[in-house]
Amino acid sequence: MKLSRRDFIKNNAIASTAAVAGITIPGISVVEAGSKTELRWDKAACRFCGTGCSVLVGTHKGRVVASQGDPDSPVNRGLNCIKGYFLSKIMYGKDRLTKPLLRKTDGKYDKNGKFEEVSWDEAFTVMADKFKTTLKEKGPTAVGMFGSGQWTVWEGYAAAKLYKAGFRSNNIDPNARHCMASAVAGFMRTFGADEPMGCYDDLENADAFVLWGPNMAEMHPILWSRLTDRRLTHKGCEVHVMSTYKHRSFELSDNDLIFKPQTDLIIANYIANYVVQNGGVNKEFVEKHVNLRLGNTDIGYGLRPEHPLEKKAKNNKKRKDTVGSKPMTFEEYTKFLSDYDLDSTSEKTGVPKENLLKLAKLFNDPKKKITSYWTMGMNQHTRGTWINNLVYNIHLLTGKISEPGSGPFSLTGQPSACGTAREVGTFAHRLPADLVVMKKPHRDFSEKVWKLPEGTIPKKPGFHAVLQNRKLKDGKLNAYWVQCTNNMQAAPNMNEESYPGYRNPKNFIVVSDPYPTVTAMAADLILPTAMWTEKEGAYGNAERRTQFWREQVQAPGESKSDLWQVMEFSKRFKVEEVWPADLIAKKPEYAGKTLYEVLYKNGQVDKYPTQEVKDSRGNVYQNHEMADFGFYVQKGLYEEYRIFGLKGPKKGHDLAEFDAYHKSRGLRWPVVDGKETLWRYREGYDPFVKKGAGVEFYGYKDGKAKIFALPYEPPAESPDKEFDLWLCTGRVLEHWHSGSMTQRVPELYRAVPDAKVFMHPDDAKARKLRRGMKAKIESRRGFITVNVETRGRNKPPKGLVFIPWFDARHLVNKLTLDATCPISKETDFKKCAIKISKA
Amino acid sequence: MTKEEKARRKFISDTIKTVCGVSLLGMGAGLYSNSASSLPADILRPPGALKENDFLSACIRCGLCVRDCPYNMLFLGKPEQKVATGTPYFIARTKPCEMCDDIPCVKACPTGALDHSLTNIDDSRMGLAVLVDQETCLAFLGLRCEVCYQVCPIADKAITLEKQHNIRSGRHSLFLPRVHSDYCTGCGKCEQACVMAEPAIKILPHRLAKGHIGDHYRLGWQEKEKAGGSLVSPDAKREYNLPEGVVYDYETGGVTEKDSPFSKNPMDTLNK
Repeated sequence: MKLSRRDFIKNNAIASTAAVAGITIPGISVVEAGSKTELRWDKAACRFCGTGCSVLVGTHKGRVVASQGDPDSPVNRGLNCIKGYFLSKIMYGKDRLTKPLLRKTDGKYDKNGKFEEVSWDEAFTVMADKFKTTLKEKGPTAVGMFGSGQWTVWEGYAAAKLYKAGFRSNNIDPNARHCMASAVAGFMRTFGADEPMGCYDDLENADAFVLWGPNMAEMHPILWSRLTDRRLTHKGCEVHVMSTYKHRSFELSDNDLIFKPQTDLIIANYIANYVVQNGGVNKEFVEKHVNLRLGNTDIGYGLRPEHPLEKKAKNNKKRKDTVGSKPMTFEEYTKFLSDYDLDSTSEKTGVPKENLLKLAKLFNDPKKKITSYWTMGMNQHTRGTWINNLVYNIHLLTGKISEPGSGPFSLTGQPSACGTAREVGTFAHRLPADLVVMKKPHRDFSEKVWKLPEGTIPKKPGFHAVLQNRKLKDGKLNAYWVQCTNNMQAAPNMNEESYPGYRNPKNFIVVSDPYPTVTAMAADLILPTAMWTEKEGAYGNAERRTQFWREQVQAPGESKSDLWQVMEFSKRFKVEEVWPADLIAKKPEYAGKTLYEVLYKNGQVDKYPTQEVKDSRGNVYQNHEMADFGFYVQKGLYEEYRIFGLKGPKKGHDLAEFDAYHKSRGLRWPVVDGKETLWRYREGYDPFVKKGAGVEFYGYKDGKAKIFALPYEPPAESPDKEFDLWLCTGRVLEHWHSGSMTQRVPELYRAVPDAKVFMHPDDAKARKLRRGMKAKIESRRGFITVNVETRGRNKPPKGLVFIPWFDARHLVNKLTLDATCPISKETDFKKCAIKISKA
Repeated sequence: MTKEEKARRKFISDTIKTVCGVSLLGMGAGLYSNSASSLPADILRPPGALKENDFLSACIRCGLCVRDCPYNMLFLGKPEQKVATGTPYFIARTKPCEMCDDIPCVKACPTGALDHSLTNIDDSRMGLAVLVDQETCLAFLGLRCEVCYQVCPIADKAITLEKQHNIRSGRHSLFLPRVHSDYCTGCGKCEQACVMAEPAIKILPHRLAKGHIGDHYRLGWQEKEKAGGSLVSPDAKREYNLPEGVVYDYETGGVTEKDSPFSKNPMDTLNK
């Protein structure tokens, strides 16, 4: 390999510095000019987190020059956080990619060559050749895609369809796997249906909020200001904050609980035990609406099978053992919980007894309406599915669920983690509207909607995020496409898995991105991509709210949307090149056709002819995909996708018709007869609950949710003598995820230019480090050098340090371990062992 | 040209040079005296600097503090600037003080113009952060910015966030930055980081930044806190005439009904 790892890292550092230093503001003069002339304003969903604030986008002469919080949005009522404040600048970093770039030597593709500009035709020709060769030689399991919770709804849908139906490969997984897969697995396991039952209106109806780890103050800023307002204006409102270190959400806390990493499992069981022992159980609710299950234990850590921890584990070899459980009685459950008493819980978690008791008493109070919030702390966890289950247990035991102000609510980190990754089903095991590839009736239904011959969709789940990188490294996954995400920076254990995987000479890696990210640098072919309002889009936020926007401006140069890329690429494949003859024989009319014709020009997706896209004031908008393909692509894809929610085997996923979303500030599904659903599973609020049932968890056939008895099990890697500190990774308010957009906004870059290691002053002193000094952070997998911060927003206890991951120049995922929750396959980015020394 | 002529020419040109030199010197002296009397508001002195007049007499313009600053954020005044030539200064918006624990600039000062009794950087007072523009500050508009608070090295003390109900949105909270002069060192991190085109928070010299309440008035709640209780005898316990089952809450002034008009023990009701 010509490009050594060292070169790669060096180049990457240089490029990101240049990127950061080189950018200019789109031009204050333009904005000023705009304020004098008429700007055209239209609505859009914010590009960043899962809160789903609505914004108004101001364009002038084909350029977004301004934005404002949408005063008519129920979510944010005209407000934004500091990232949203700079939305108008994220598309105008100076280093936007505008042409396809292919690694070449002497005019020909070469894995070790330098990037050269090529035409779209050449790019797709080389790419199709690689995919076809791979499919021919190794079959569908050797092609794959890594997608995104930032894809628009139709982009995710079109991509999933291309892979699952077209290439007949389930190797498509979104970055949401790193983000909320544990919440998904938890919801599916407990309720038989994904996504929260409540909505943001819980914020104005709860008596108490329990934060299971999230730093909402920074990561969900607008929701936090709603929560704060409730705390300020509602008498007796309490906020309980749990975390492994002190962060900004503790400013509002009435009860601080700093626990030792992984012991949240113990706290959750302790609360359940307290509630059972002290009369807090809502017996009628439990009897009518809940089944009790004893879950299998010793399920491993999702590491490579040859890892000693995996060899040792008992229930990690087969999926059915890992997720397995058996019925139990309430007496057995009571006995199971009895180990989690106050004394031992306080000792094991490090949380003082009075704080534990205060939280337990809150849940024990039948009058208090309580909303639980969590994000990455519970999801990025080697027992992520378990801790999700355990928190649902408490809400089910007390009956504090599916009513205004009460319920467990998983916050999402990406703008369409729910809308695209979860609802569309871009996971390796999922199909739209809660369907899964493992179930024959679900595959049958999907094939019917998609007009495919029976047996097109493979039944075996594909490679999930972490497995994709391992398979790339092992040379088992060879033609690979990454869209709308920066996974080289985001995935765990970069040195041992991601980087060697991408640069494996056997593999061809395609990356679609607007900017030269760390991932793009590791690619073989880069496709310049239209972003955010450069295309018509739809996102679904954390409270099941689907929001649409129109294309506002044209993407620079030859950039094309992810949707255009997927559909255009599908034209390169004849059915004969991807499907076996016996499958085609079942639908002989598809013989000789391209995947484009089978998947998108199928008489359904192409049903809506080209039209003028207009708002209510008569402004006309471009739609490049409609112009290029000759039909209203977004509408066609969406209306086909909608069939899954309306007629699919899993009820309660109804979406409104396409045009309704262009009129409203988003609607929360299920939308039935034009009416949104605020609280699911509760009679009166949810149209799918049978009359007289009161509450019905209809995700399961018997209408009951499941309480799972699950114990504490230790993390995959804990500090020892040599690697003596915990490392927790995370985020900051000013930057979003890998920083590829926010680091290109000069003001946000200036506010927080670099990642630092937040550590306890005593830990720093013990290593002869002072604030501002360079420190070497080392794990068993690699090292990085960052500056020490002993003051400021995060205050870790002794023994734990925090490093944010937004900074492309300090890649914290060189340190992290690729241990996952064995059920959800989501990585634990919050716990690994490191040591720190003077750099 | 004859020798004499050459000499004459040289005399003239030398004279002219001297005249120019002297007048430049005079101009410089004028500028110097001007800058000595009043330091511009955006020019800040390093940590531990004495009061401006004392500082100017103590500083020998050696530049050692500038040399020893590990972050290269200190500069020496140039003749064309409104700061005494050769004296150290910094500009918060471009490069603020990083507040080194060991304060190398003070250690480097050979004269005590930077006061050597300053050993804890938190005690330095380079200026005072002032939220000069509440009209444009994003936090006052309800946006979740708070960058000044986040970057403050003494966050939660030098800058706190005051939470207030957002009357306009009706359901969000404002997080208003408030600077506390007891803790603010004037390092300038907040002014540098302010994301607006012109910062809404600026470091000003104390003489411009601080008001004074006057000696004739005290703040009752502060005096009470200082004293650890009422300065005079505390208010007597109050009783109210209230309908059966109604509770009056002194803290909120709220009148609420008890959860139930009945005691838990039926005997209380029966024997009333």
